[in-house]
Amino acid sequence: MKPAAVVSAIALAAGLFSQAARAEDAPEIVVYNAQHESLTREWTDGFTRETGIKVVIRNGGDSEFGNQIVAEGAMSPADVFLTENSPAMSLVDAAGLFAPLDTATLDQVPPEFRPANGHWVGIAARSTVFAYDKTRLSPAGLPKSLLDLAKPEWQGRWAASPSGADFQAIVSALLELKGEDATASWLAGMKENFTAYKGNSTAMKAVNAGEIEGAVIYHYYWFGDQAKTGENSGNVALHYFRNEDPGAFVSISGGGVLASSKHQAEAQAFLKWVTGKAGQEVLRAGTSFEYAVGLGAASNPALVPLADLQAPRVEPTKLNSQKVTDLMTAAGLL
Amino acid sequence: MPSSVEQAGVPAAGGRFAGPFRFPGMTAAAALVTLLALLPLGFVIWTAWQTGWQTAAALVFRPRVGELLANTLLLIAFTLPIAIVLAVALAWLTERSDLPGGRVLSWLCVAPLAVPAFVHSYAWVSVVPGMHGLGAGVLISVLAYFPLLYLPLAATLRRLDPGLEDAAASLGHPPVRVFLRVVLPQLRLALCGGGLLVGLHLLGEYGLYVLVRFDTFTTAIVEQFQSTFNGAAANMLAGVLVVCCLGLLGLEALLRGDARYARVGSGAARVPARVRLGSLTLPCLALPAVVLALALGVPLLTIGRWLIAGGTAVWKPDEIAAALGQTLLLALAGGLLTTLAALPMAWISVRRPAAATRIMEGSNYVVGSLPGVVVALALVTVTVRLLLPLYQTLFTILVAYVLMFLPRAMISLRASIAQAPVELEQAANSLGRSPLRALWSITLRLSAPGAAAGAALVALGIMNELTATQMLAPNGTRTLAMVFWARSGEIDYAAAAPYAFLLVAISLPLTWLLHRQSRRMAGR
Repeated sequence: MKPAAVVSAIALAAGLFSQAARAEDAPEIVVYNAQHESLTREWTDGFTRETGIKVVIRNGGDSEFGNQIVAEGAMSPADVFLTENSPAMSLVDAAGLFAPLDTATLDQVPPEFRPANGHWVGIAARSTVFAYDKTRLSPAGLPKSLLDLAKPEWQGRWAASPSGADFQAIVSALLELKGEDATASWLAGMKENFTAYKGNSTAMKAVNAGEIEGAVIYHYYWFGDQAKTGENSGNVALHYFRNEDPGAFVSISGGGVLASSKHQAEAQAFLKWVTGKAGQEVLRAGTSFEYAVGLGAASNPALVPLADLQAPRVEPTKLNSQKVTDLMTAAGLL
Repeated sequence: MPSSVEQAGVPAAGGRFAGPFRFPGMTAAAALVTLLALLPLGFVIWTAWQTGWQTAAALVFRPRVGELLANTLLLIAFTLPIAIVLAVALAWLTERSDLPGGRVLSWLCVAPLAVPAFVHSYAWVSVVPGMHGLGAGVLISVLAYFPLLYLPLAATLRRLDPGLEDAAASLGHPPVRVFLRVVLPQLRLALCGGGLLVGLHLLGEYGLYVLVRFDTFTTAIVEQFQSTFNGAAANMLAGVLVVCCLGLLGLEALLRGDARYARVGSGAARVPARVRLGSLTLPCLALPAVVLALALGVPLLTIGRWLIAGGTAVWKPDEIAAALGQTLLLALAGGLLTTLAALPMAWISVRRPAAATRIMEGSNYVVGSLPGVVVALALVTVTVRLLLPLYQTLFTILVAYVLMFLPRAMISLRASIAQAPVELEQAANSLGRSPLRALWSITLRLSAPGAAAGAALVALGIMNELTATQMLAPNGTRTLAMVFWARSGEIDYAAAAPYAFLLVAISLPLTWLLHRQSRRMAGR
């Protein structure tokens, strides 16, 4: 081969790669997805089938993407941002990077599941639970409040996934409800008492295997496993804290359109689809077991109804992810 | 170099190494690559500066960093000695004893490298679900990384001049003492080099330790990244990790020493006689059998078990084909680009060695020793803040691969360029070929096998790379490792199995190549 031939081969390859990497003119939107991939894929598949608009998914975590979008600023490649929890939405909103959503989209979701300014919208919801080993703990031995778990009697007995956005959202609710000092001392107690697992499924699996007595996670991990084989949840039961306890926190998963998006119409259409009938039906009939939040949309009948959970009232826009990360870093949890 | 070769058409250059023609472009290219390679180090210093002393101190001097430091040091302190003893024993058995099946065993001892570290871990937590912490980390690290020590040790043992051992024996030393006082000291370079490599892997690995819930600096940095993207805490932890890596490099340089290991005297060394194991053969076979059962049997059987449990449902052809295609594309492009980037430095270090180029070369190795997470953090921050058009592009992820795997390409390339006679370049030049063409048609062609081996090693590294790929990849990228990681994170081990299987299946031939190359370098 001659040098010229090699150079042209490299140029050709480079052209192919760059085309494969960014096909910008095709009608498609980029979704920064922090939700469960399987759920988002069900949504995007349904949306693409109906509208023909293609969706490219980048997977990551709530706070990672929240901070990433802020760092990217006006040049963000993302069109839509979907989270599991609200704090990351507030973070992006506070930086002024969301476009106001279409009223038609907002009207599909009751006010308690979206911020008043209409910059993002709830797409699903999940409840905090204490998943426990029912062969070792009786209902009488369960913690009455999330706050109890920082007490000495719970040392070495419970698990959580502190690096996950889910747990950090629960802490942000605690922070909003009880204030900074109480949260800092609860986190200090937690550091003494808890065992860290990576991911809620892993924590539940450990409870099931008898490695630890209980774990603070969200409800749908248990329902999802039960619907499959139950191999990781057979010994596990769920305890809902109720009584407007911080541990009864219901977290709102959010969706927003980036103001910098060059595909505003398509991005708005996607969120309208997700919060609409077809999108919410995915939550009722699919395998995600997250709560539906659309007006009049029913959740999966296997779940404890949202209304019965006696969740504390928390304004989603007030949840502060930055402060939570700082407090958790200070407590040595991160 | 006799001056008679400096004939018409060959530009005369001063100095001792006046043979090869000058390539101003070559030095410039090498300097450019070096400059690029220094980016992650510069980044760490720059962020420390930006963060300010007080915040930086608060983020570095806190109990959590102490915990991580203790964990990381304990991991190294336990893993390295065990891996060294294991690798020395295996290398001696396969190279210097008459253990049956030694040739096959010597390949099998390299084969665990085909199993990505996080797949080792996945296999072990499937077999022993509650496994976690330091003990688990040490066990799996030893199994995953001992081949990195075995390779240089076996190559050195094969090459040792038995004359020294004979002399010691004739002076009345019993075999054990001959081994300890004559053989072992000659293994020092291999031990230091292999040990350094294992140590750097321990510092940089992410997936292995997450699955067994053992926190190291790298896992903590990724956690911070997942919570804050490029927050100050992640950057400061990266700074401490860099210091650890540099410490390891310094320690290795210190322990390596500068003793002479080449044989003195004329002629060639005999092929060492293999020690007869006799009645000890069976017990000695037990060691490789047990190690290989744990390092190869456990992962392969686990993958097989999950594949059977998952049945045909886990083989989703579209998804798997897409991930496979993207992985191969990245590995191939990264392998080529890294080899290309290593070329100028490798050529200079062989043809025109000088103090300045040695420093340049050294700095490339230093950066190659940094964990992927640090390189990725640097590139994310620099592209998002300063070079936004390059952000999340294929180009940036390939640059990350080049930085991380440059040493792998350089070592192979340098060795094979050194074997291409410079006189041929000059002859071609004197016959009218331009320097570039001469380089192309002579040296590059002769060093092609080495370059290919280097590129293959880089490709192997890229295929199993997880952290940097996740942080830097263009939108929509899904490599085999990424899908495997996502599935095993949802503890859907059956759905992860096809990806683990493919990763191992592609890597296995490459470890064969590695094994063959190391034998060839030993000349036997």
